Amino acid sequence: MKRSLKTAVGVGLTAIMLFPVYWMINVSFTKDTDMRADPPHLFPLRGTFDGYRAVLDQQLPFLGNSLLIGLGTVALTVIVSAPAGYSLAKLRPRGAGTLSFVLLVAQMIPGVIMAMGFYAIYLKLGVLNSSAGLVLADSTIAVPFGVLIFTAFMSGIPAELAAAAKIDGAGAFRTFWSVILPVSRNAVVTVSLFAFLWAWSDFVFATTLDGGGAQQPITLGIYRYIGNNNQEWNAIMATAVVASIPATLLLIVAQRYVAAGVTAGAVKD
Amino acid sequence: MAPHVTTRASVPAVPETEAGFGRTSRARSSGQWTAWAFLAPVVVYLIAFYAYPLYRNLDLSLHRYTVRSFVQGGAPFSGLDNYRTVFDSPTFWPALTHTAVFTGVSLVFQFSIGMALAIFFHQHFRLSATLRALFLVPWLLPLIVSASTWSWMLNSDSGIVNTALGVFGIGPVNWLTSPDWSLASVTIANIWIGIPFNLVVLYSGLQSIPSEIYEAAALDGATHWSTFWRVTFPLLRPVSAITLLLGLIYTLKVFDIIWIMTRGGPADGSTTLATWSYRLGFGNLLPSFGPGAAVGNLLIILAMVFGLLYIRMQRRTLR
Repeated sequence: MKRSLKTAVGVGLTAIMLFPVYWMINVSFTKDTDMRADPPHLFPLRGTFDGYRAVLDQQLPFLGNSLLIGLGTVALTVIVSAPAGYSLAKLRPRGAGTLSFVLLVAQMIPGVIMAMGFYAIYLKLGVLNSSAGLVLADSTIAVPFGVLIFTAFMSGIPAELAAAAKIDGAGAFRTFWSVILPVSRNAVVTVSLFAFLWAWSDFVFATTLDGGGAQQPITLGIYRYIGNNNQEWNAIMATAVVASIPATLLLIVAQRYVAAGVTAGAVKD
Repeated sequence: MAPHVTTRASVPAVPETEAGFGRTSRARSSGQWTAWAFLAPVVVYLIAFYAYPLYRNLDLSLHRYTVRSFVQGGAPFSGLDNYRTVFDSPTFWPALTHTAVFTGVSLVFQFSIGMALAIFFHQHFRLSATLRALFLVPWLLPLIVSASTWSWMLNSDSGIVNTALGVFGIGPVNWLTSPDWSLASVTIANIWIGIPFNLVVLYSGLQSIPSEIYEAAALDGATHWSTFWRVTFPLLRPVSAITLLLGLIYTLKVFDIIWIMTRGGPADGSTTLATWSYRLGFGNLLPSFGPGAAVGNLLIILAMVFGLLYIRMQRRTLR
């Protein structure tokens, strides 16, 4: 096959794969009156911004909540997992193997089941329907991943670096904070990006733990639209488009981190 | 859909030099204290936010909870009654079968499409890196976005899918509203979401195959097809096994897509263990937490079996 032909086939395949994404955008611009047109309009030629107006009117608080919850999850995840990664990579604690095993197993537990346990606990503590509770629950998706990424990354930091800090009289914490963490920037970025994206996308924990809250995330904003048997699909799809912005930004800004995160460890490199 | 990471990371790559520490046992034990001080947050975290919720879940499944005792406590111990209720339920076999079909069919398609795409993109043509990155989009989108988009595309009257089928004189199919089709619908959406993961992992597996092997095969006059079956596929077997097992663990967990698109319906047509567990606990006005937790624990056991298999296989591959 000629190279240009391959490129053409590649573009074609990508177009097929991304058709649903295109369709979401197309529908978000479609007028209510054209929504049930037969055949559907393939291009939003006589489009409308009604859907996006609805987002601005109704969904901004949800978006703000999701942003806060996402940032909170990032902070908690990094605070908990970076020191653990440092210890596992460099300080050789006894029982490291067991802990790594537990972390690996933790990732395999279905979210729905975690949600039920959290619900029972939160109900008792009275922290249902709070953003803080949701941050805690959302971070469970990212913490095991975070520890393992930090461990992998920090294992590659030359031992001389920490040794030099020690000779200069730095304690373990000082070494971690002033030497290890700054050179681990890439790992911090990767873990933060994924923690944010997972918290932003979370639906399971949101619907069980924050279903009646005053500070609901955007996933519930969309779900409520659908649940109400709303026929304004342009508004639903416009919200979906806006909710996809972080993922898109992530892909544009940090593509190599994303690929690294997806394949982390699944393959020998 | 958190990507799983291997234990490889836990083994320090380079043995530490012990500069600064003496080799005395006191220095060693102080080193252990420091090491565990750094681990303390994650240990506390795991106990409070993993072990305890799971314990609560187990506790729920072994007691006869009502809404009242759920809030106030004091539910009577009921042994394995909840599990018996679950096994005797008319939903049990359909839910188990749907879980198996949903998982199996998803995996077959995700993997084979992902593999074909990985091989295609491995040929390095212009734009191949950019296009490969674009393929990640479905995987990164929030599941509610993908699920609601597919819901509208599969709408019986106004969906683009039925319109497209109509061009060929097929349909209309009641994708989401017929019990015969709802499982197929959610499976299609799930395949779409899972292809990027398979593509990316298999692609990096392909990259680790030395190009000399292909050159040798070409010199021996191997065709594309026989190169794939005799060179690529065998060399990719460890990566393939890991991809499939991870996919299996992910897919068993899938809840969002099904719940958002069909709520497991109609008439349990797309109920899996995950959605059934949720429906028992939260989907009805009168929740049955006990049986819900019991279904959840069965799902955990299922995921664990494959999870341990995965860990074993991962270790063997790394050796």
